[in-house]
Parts: sequence; C-alpha cells; structure tokens
Amino acid sequence: MYVTPVDLKYTKSHEWVSEENGLTVIGLTDYAQSALGDIVFINLPEVGDEVTAGEPFSDTESVKAVSDVFSPVTGTVAEVNEDLLDNPALVNESPYEAWLIKVENVTETEDLLNAEEYEAVVAAEEG
Amino acid sequence: MKLLFERSCPGRGSDLLPPCDVPVTQLPADLCRESAPQLPEISEVDLSRHYTELAKQTHGVNDGFYPLGSCTMKYNPRIDEEMAALPGFTNLHPLQSLDTVQGALEVLHTAEQYLCEITGMHAMTFQPAAGAHGEYTGLLLIRKYHQSRGDAARTKILVPDSAHGTNPASATMAGFTVVHVPSNAQGGVDLDALREVAGPDTAGLMLTNPNTVGLFDPNILEITQIVHDAGGLCYYDGANLNAVMGHVRPGDMGFDCVHINLHKTFATPHGGGGPGSGPVGCKAFLADFLPAPRVVEKDGVYALETPAHTMGQVRSFYGNFLVVVKALTYILTLGKEGIPEASAGAVLNANYLMKKLADRYTMSYNTLCMHEFVMSLEPQSHAIGVTAMDIAKRLLDFGIHPPTMYFPLIVHEALMVEPTETESRETLDEAAEIFLKILDEAEKDPEGLHAAPHNTAIGRPDEVAAARNPILRYTAP
Repeated sequence: MYVTPVDLKYTKSHEWVSEENGLTVIGLTDYAQSALGDIVFINLPEVGDEVTAGEPFSDTESVKAVSDVFSPVTGTVAEVNEDLLDNPALVNESPYEAWLIKVENVTETEDLLNAEEYEAVVAAEEG
Repeated sequence: MKLLFERSCPGRGSDLLPPCDVPVTQLPADLCRESAPQLPEISEVDLSRHYTELAKQTHGVNDGFYPLGSCTMKYNPRIDEEMAALPGFTNLHPLQSLDTVQGALEVLHTAEQYLCEITGMHAMTFQPAAGAHGEYTGLLLIRKYHQSRGDAARTKILVPDSAHGTNPASATMAGFTVVHVPSNAQGGVDLDALREVAGPDTAGLMLTNPNTVGLFDPNILEITQIVHDAGGLCYYDGANLNAVMGHVRPGDMGFDCVHINLHKTFATPHGGGGPGSGPVGCKAFLADFLPAPRVVEKDGVYALETPAHTMGQVRSFYGNFLVVVKALTYILTLGKEGIPEASAGAVLNANYLMKKLADRYTMSYNTLCMHEFVMSLEPQSHAIGVTAMDIAKRLLDFGIHPPTMYFPLIVHEALMVEPTETESRETLDEAAEIFLKILDEAEKDPEGLHAAPHNTAIGRPDEVAAARNPILRYTAP
C-alpha cells in the first residue's frame, strides 16, 4: 500500500537513504509522509552543519504534530533542499524526489534496512 | 460575517477618551510613527453587535458540556468574577505606594500560603502569565540551582513521551536539551529507561501526575528518587492537579518545584476569557532564586522583597493579579473540605463516563482512570474509515465541545475526555447517549459522518491551508 523503492536503503525511523556522487541523500518515506499527514512546515539544518547518526537533524510540522527526523549518518551537510521551505507539501506529493539534505564527509552510518526489511517494519507498526 | 475593518466608515467613532485638559506636548520625532495606525472607525453599537455576533458563534462552558481533556474546563463561579470586579481591586495601579495596597498584597500572600499548602511547596511566585510560562520559570529555577553549585554539566531535561508538548518546548526555550523517556505498558514512566538516561548531565525531570492518559503513576516516589540520586531536580507540571488536589501533594511525591494553572484547577476563565495564570511554587532551597518581587508579611504589614539570588522578573509587576483574586475566592469558597471533594468528584465523573462508553469505545488503558480518560478510534478508523476527527466534528451538532483530539501522541486516533466535577450525572448520561448515538451513525453511514458538523457557523476549516498560508493581518482592498 506504501511505495518502497527497492534501490533505496531505509531506517527504522522512516527515513530513506541513497548515494549520489559521493553524497548521502536523506528523505522521508512514503509511509512517514502518510503517517504525518499534510506537512505544513519543515525545519532544516544549514549547509556546513554537522549531523550525527541517530540524532535528529530536522523537524516536520503537520496539522497533527511536530516530529523529529533522524540522521542515519554522521557527517557534514553539503546541500539542503530549500524548495521544501516554501513548499513542504512536496514531501507529501513525491516523498522519494523531495530529499531533505545531502551529507558529505560521512564517517559513520547506522545499520540500514533494505526495502523488504523496511516493509516489515511498517507492517509491524500498522498492526 | 464582516470584519471590523470592513465595517469601518471614515469619521465614525466612539468617544473613548475625554477631551484633553492638559497642555499638549509633542514626542521627539524619532519616537513617532510615520503614519497614523489604520484602525477601524466604527460606532459603539456596531462594535457591540460585532462582538455579540462573534460570541454567538463560540461554545463556552456556559453553553454546554466541554470535556476538553487536560484543560479542566470546569464552571467558573460568578462569585469569583464579583470579587475580581470590586473597585478596590480594579482601580489599583501597580506603582501605588505599598501602604495604599495592603489588601491586594494580602490577597497574594494568602493565596501563596493556601496554594503552597495544596502543593506541598514552601514559596511561590504569581508572575508567570500561564502554564507554559510557569514551566519556563520553573526550568529557570532549576538552572539557577545548578549554576549556584557551579555544576555546568547538567544540560538535559528528561520528559516522558506522554508529556504535554509544552514541556519539551519550554525546556528548549530555557536552553536545555530534551531527552524523551518512554512509557511502560501501564501508561506510566518506564523505570529502567529512566535509570538509563538519568546521570551527571541530568538537570531535571518534568512530569505530570496523573499523566495525560489520566493515570496516576504508582511508581512516583521511585521516579523522583532516581532523578534525585542522579543529582537532578523534579518539576511537577500542574496541568492535572485537579485530579488530586487536597488528597496528595506534589511536594510529598518528591517534586522540588511546580506550576499550577489557576485557569484550570482553580476555576478562573480560560483562553479568550482569561488571561491565564501559572504560579510557580518551590521548596525552600529554591526560594532564593524566585522572580522578584515577592510579598512578605511582618507584624501584619505587607511588603515586597527581592529574593537574594533572584532570576529577575519573568513578567511585569505581580502577574495577572485579578486572576489570583478569582482563584483565592474559589479556594475560600470551597474550603478545606470542598477542595478534596472537588477532585474526588472529578475522578468519579471521569470514571462514570468512561464506564458508560467502555462497551463500545476502545479505552487505551483498561483500568480505573483519574480525572480524564483516553479512548482510541483506531479500530473504527481501520474498519469503517471513521476517525476521532469525525466523532469530534459530529459532537458539535449536539452542542458538546469535542474532547481533546489526537493527543497524547502515544495513542493513535485519541480522544481525551475530561468531564470535570462541575457536571451533573444527568449531563454525563446525556453526553454518553450522544457519544453512543454517533457511533451508531458511524456504523450505519460512515460517509455521512465525514460531512459533520451540519449546524455550526463554521464546519471543517482547511487547517492545512491555514497553516501553510496563514493570513495574519488585514490588508485593505
């Protein structure tokens, strides 16, 4: 019922991760955007900020709640998707295109899930 | 309906101020605004009708049942308003000399003594203007305490995942990092998880007890002990004090400081009818850090004092003074017997209503509750697509203010119901019938429920559009 592309890696906290030209790209999964509901604001770090594996680097605000977004890697923010600041709905519309940040100088990466493993996590949460 | 600005007509107006009878002086040019403010020009009768029309569209506790969880929407007795309207109080100026305001100082001093007795604290400030402001003030107390001991390593505040959203927000505002503590299966704090995170970087713990799922944490003494053993302080969020006042005191549970919401527990008005008041009480060892000034009494004479290591002021003067007058009236009206009776009634009413609904609505925790209970519409949302929002919207058609929705976050499709002690058994019976009737409707015609409410001035505003593109000021066409 949720889209889970097989070429991406995932976290238990519902972020997707991909590699692109040596940068680690991080976004929110289809399940995450669906569970959050309509996102009305996204708070993003700035280029040059350090992110730490397992720690929040962003928060998203929906009509329901404000939720943290966790970084699966430790590194330095190389790029920030500034389009989301004006139009956070992009995450709801196309979660796998609306990346949040790209990270460089990655020194540590959490254990990531493949699509099948992540779908199992979602199924368990859905009960 | 039209806005005041749209009703404005040049030259029309009300005489709010008498003619000037002193020489007119000009302010320095750099202090003056460049153009006159664009205020609506409107006659008194039109202004009065505008607000009456707005009032007709609202739902207050004087209109009907208002079981908004954790907000304690109890009835506000008229005598409180009468006392607060006494000219001896309303005509005071905060800069009057102290010998002319002894009665007002006595109000603050007496209210402090009673509220300290109720909470088990030793000293109190009335400056904080509402609950979250009280939280912020309490956190500054905790920070001042650690600073005074030269302990700069304590940067973290522990907050259970069932906490009010204001707790982590206040801790962040006060410069702390928030660490979430998970709940156990019974809805209380997970003790092992608490032991794991409590340590030399712990500044304190913020806790509501009973918590937002309406349960009293039976491990409370162990919880506060764990935090104290780690060198941290314990902050009691008084949001749910109405469940226990007169029966058990935060001070005896091991808390070092508290805030109280006078606009919840002590029957002063909420929201637009406020303002609020969030006094902060503390144990004696924190009293020197309280905001200045504090009222002290010596030989029947009241004076103001600046605590030795005060954090300064968190608001001008003495806080929302007239709210304190109302709360003191409430306390004196109820007395030593009435205060515990009120909280017992609140717990009884919540359990009565919960029991009446429990056959059909799924309760989050299958146990006796305190002053409020949380039910989950998750089964209905999966089975027939009817959500907590749909139930809440339909309640409006029956003249009931919906319970708190989608909170606490640890319960999906949550409705948090707090009837308060001021509702009669008949009102609760009627409300239960309506809750059950709506569930019948939902099962017969789930689609129909998505269209509710049918009888209110505003039905389902587009909350997403309002949050994404808020219009915060009027711009002339």
